[in-house]
Amino acid sequence: MNVLWMQSGGCGGCSMSLLCADTNDFHGQLRDAGIELLWHPSLSLASGRDVIDLLGGVLEDRVPLDALCVEGSLLRGPNGTGRFHVMAGTGVPMIHWVSKLAAKARYVVAVGSCAAWGGITASADNPTEACGLQYDDERPGGLLGPAFRSGSGLPVINVAGCPTHPGWVVDTLMAMAAGNLNAADLDTFARPRFFADQLVHHGCTRNEYYEFKASAEKPSDQGCLMEHMGCKGTQAHADCNSRLWNGEGSCTRGGYACISCTEPGFQEPGHPFHQTPKIAGIPIGLPTDMPKAWFVALASLSKSATPRRVKINATADHMVVAPAARRTRLK
Amino acid sequence: MTRLLVGPFNRVEGDLEVTLELAHGRVASAQVNAPMYRGFEQILHGKVPHDALVVVPRICGICSVSQSVAAARALADLGGIEMPPNGQHATNVILATENLADHLTHFYLFFMPDFTRPVYAARAWHAEAQRRFAPESGEQVRAAIAARQRWFAMLGTLAGKWPHTQSIEPGGSTRPVESAERTRLLARVREFRGFLERQLFCAPLEQIANLRSEAELLAWHAQDPWRGDFRLFISIAHDTGLAALGGGPGRYLSYGAFAQPGGGHAFAGGVWHAASNALTRLDPAGIREDATRAWLADAGGPQHPSTGYTVPEPDKPGAYTWNKAPRLEGQVIETGAIARQLVAAHPLLRDTVARHGGTVYTRVLARLLELAQVVPMMERWLGQLIVNEAYCVNTVLPDDGVGVGLNEAARGGLGHWVHSQRGRIANYQIVAPTSWNFSPRDRAGVPGALEQALVGAPVLDGETTPVAVQHIVRSFDPCMVCTVH
Repeated sequence: MNVLWMQSGGCGGCSMSLLCADTNDFHGQLRDAGIELLWHPSLSLASGRDVIDLLGGVLEDRVPLDALCVEGSLLRGPNGTGRFHVMAGTGVPMIHWVSKLAAKARYVVAVGSCAAWGGITASADNPTEACGLQYDDERPGGLLGPAFRSGSGLPVINVAGCPTHPGWVVDTLMAMAAGNLNAADLDTFARPRFFADQLVHHGCTRNEYYEFKASAEKPSDQGCLMEHMGCKGTQAHADCNSRLWNGEGSCTRGGYACISCTEPGFQEPGHPFHQTPKIAGIPIGLPTDMPKAWFVALASLSKSATPRRVKINATADHMVVAPAARRTRLK
Repeated sequence: MTRLLVGPFNRVEGDLEVTLELAHGRVASAQVNAPMYRGFEQILHGKVPHDALVVVPRICGICSVSQSVAAARALADLGGIEMPPNGQHATNVILATENLADHLTHFYLFFMPDFTRPVYAARAWHAEAQRRFAPESGEQVRAAIAARQRWFAMLGTLAGKWPHTQSIEPGGSTRPVESAERTRLLARVREFRGFLERQLFCAPLEQIANLRSEAELLAWHAQDPWRGDFRLFISIAHDTGLAALGGGPGRYLSYGAFAQPGGGHAFAGGVWHAASNALTRLDPAGIREDATRAWLADAGGPQHPSTGYTVPEPDKPGAYTWNKAPRLEGQVIETGAIARQLVAAHPLLRDTVARHGGTVYTRVLARLLELAQVVPMMERWLGQLIVNEAYCVNTVLPDDGVGVGLNEAARGGLGHWVHSQRGRIANYQIVAPTSWNFSPRDRAGVPGALEQALVGAPVLDGETTPVAVQHIVRSFDPCMVCTVH
């Protein structure tokens, strides 16, 4: 399976993240899975005319294109011209290159939330008319339109995230190369379900604090980040706390809130990222599949049952009270 | 005079186009175009200042932490916030991890692969360069990616993830380090040290960092000229004349790298003037951004970043890039590892640049030298963490005020200027390293640093993407997504 990788209105961070894939031989892993990079902006030798010739070969059907990976949002501005990114050496706006290449591809993959939904580049009043390949935030559309299907019959596959976890990209490419990625493997936003059917909350090391609503009050506190610090881990679709980042990391393990970067529109939450919006002292962003009244009742009950250890450690930056080791032969 | 449009450039971060005028087989003049605009400064307007810590790392996937640190410093300046020592050390280790990874990535993935091109097939070292540095298959390229992957596990622990952490706060780091974790982090640093000492240098880091002159460097090189990737680079550089290729403007800016608790930097800041061998104090008040040749509004002429603004004007006559032209006291400046080491008075760099100028060779040399210098610093900073003492103080910002955050990314000086009004960002301006290095002409018509460096570069018959031009461009380790943000 050959892969062509194009970058536009993003930061290149999904490529940089990809290089952190959990393998001791990055290129060997891809090659052994039958994946060949036709061209990647950070990894390939070809520059200038050689690249333009390659793209021409794809458009003229001389070079088959199995997978088009697009990183970064698509910049339609100013005024629909696409001139906020004219591809170097070509005089042609990148949105035109991407539209034409997508029409030739067996699979089209949006790598990262910019290419999927518009992402950070579409923040505020979206000065560059940035969008995703097949979405404008959560609205179907984007550059290619809601009806687009690649040669495989699939919509654009949205490997969302800001950045994407390298494992999400590699696993998606390997599944495609093996012929194992079908419509049923994608969720309602066309994200691969192997990561999107999880919640960031799953496996969070702060879960004991969550259980007792023992909350962090300032950066570096050990407590749960949901009540005050803006964390959306109970609602965000991703496996960040069971498939860790860069060895043993995740946002919540790093001491800061999940900002739900795999979700469309995450860039404009309507509140400061580091603060939980509340009504009458109760966070408005509760777990999506739990009745609110039950949540409030359970929270109030568990707050009154919080062990002293959990309560004190929650607002400290290191363990002040260790779990007591008085009993043995636990039942 | 013939014209050559070169692009897309790859193995730089982001998209880049260069227009060359050629005469007698050489570049007579060059124009550099940063062809993509995203509008981060417009996006930041009206946001709560603290939100910058989510937005600005996403300017760039390779300088992500550098952007976070600059923003955190600007907000700390706005709020009069000081990090506790643990927070400062942790932030420095995080920043150093990124900077060194970028140096490694530049050398193995971006710069060296150009020596595997067929144009060099007749050189004695070509087969060896291919064996080591061919993209995707080269033995050392693959080893370097593996070492980089292990190295970034530092940031899984210290910063949750890389890129785009939010662990860096104006008041310190959100991720306290336990005693056992420090032990593991030190083991990871030693693992990276092992890669550098066995693969890149084939020598102890301290031996490389302590080289005091080019003569000492060459004597060491002569012991075994192809042993290790650093020595092979020196061999290739001498054979291909990289020491005389791509001379820059000769004025070098460093904001100072790795702020230390209680003041000062591990690498002091300043401005180095090669022509007069003089170091002067840096006065950020002397910075202006000149948008004469950018597709951006420039009414009122060049602006200091504290009063600057960024508004697209896509049909502006005479413009050829989205990048503004930063100038210091009206002068073109080069920034990067070479500037840091000249300003910080490293004897090897001062001596080598005195002999050859700021060129392809000396720029790459400075980066490799930093790999040797900074790893031992990181070991010291980790050792200075005091278990169970504070890592972070809370951020309380005034509704109104201004702040400046200066930092050194791998590729040079990065500045953020923030103005808050009624608790919202009224103005946010960013001047990135490659904004300086790849700036267009200013209103006096003076070309930017790369535009000057390309003049005189040889162009061989039939070359559409001249290899000398590629060496010069990549020697700056440009980051185009930072350049125009």
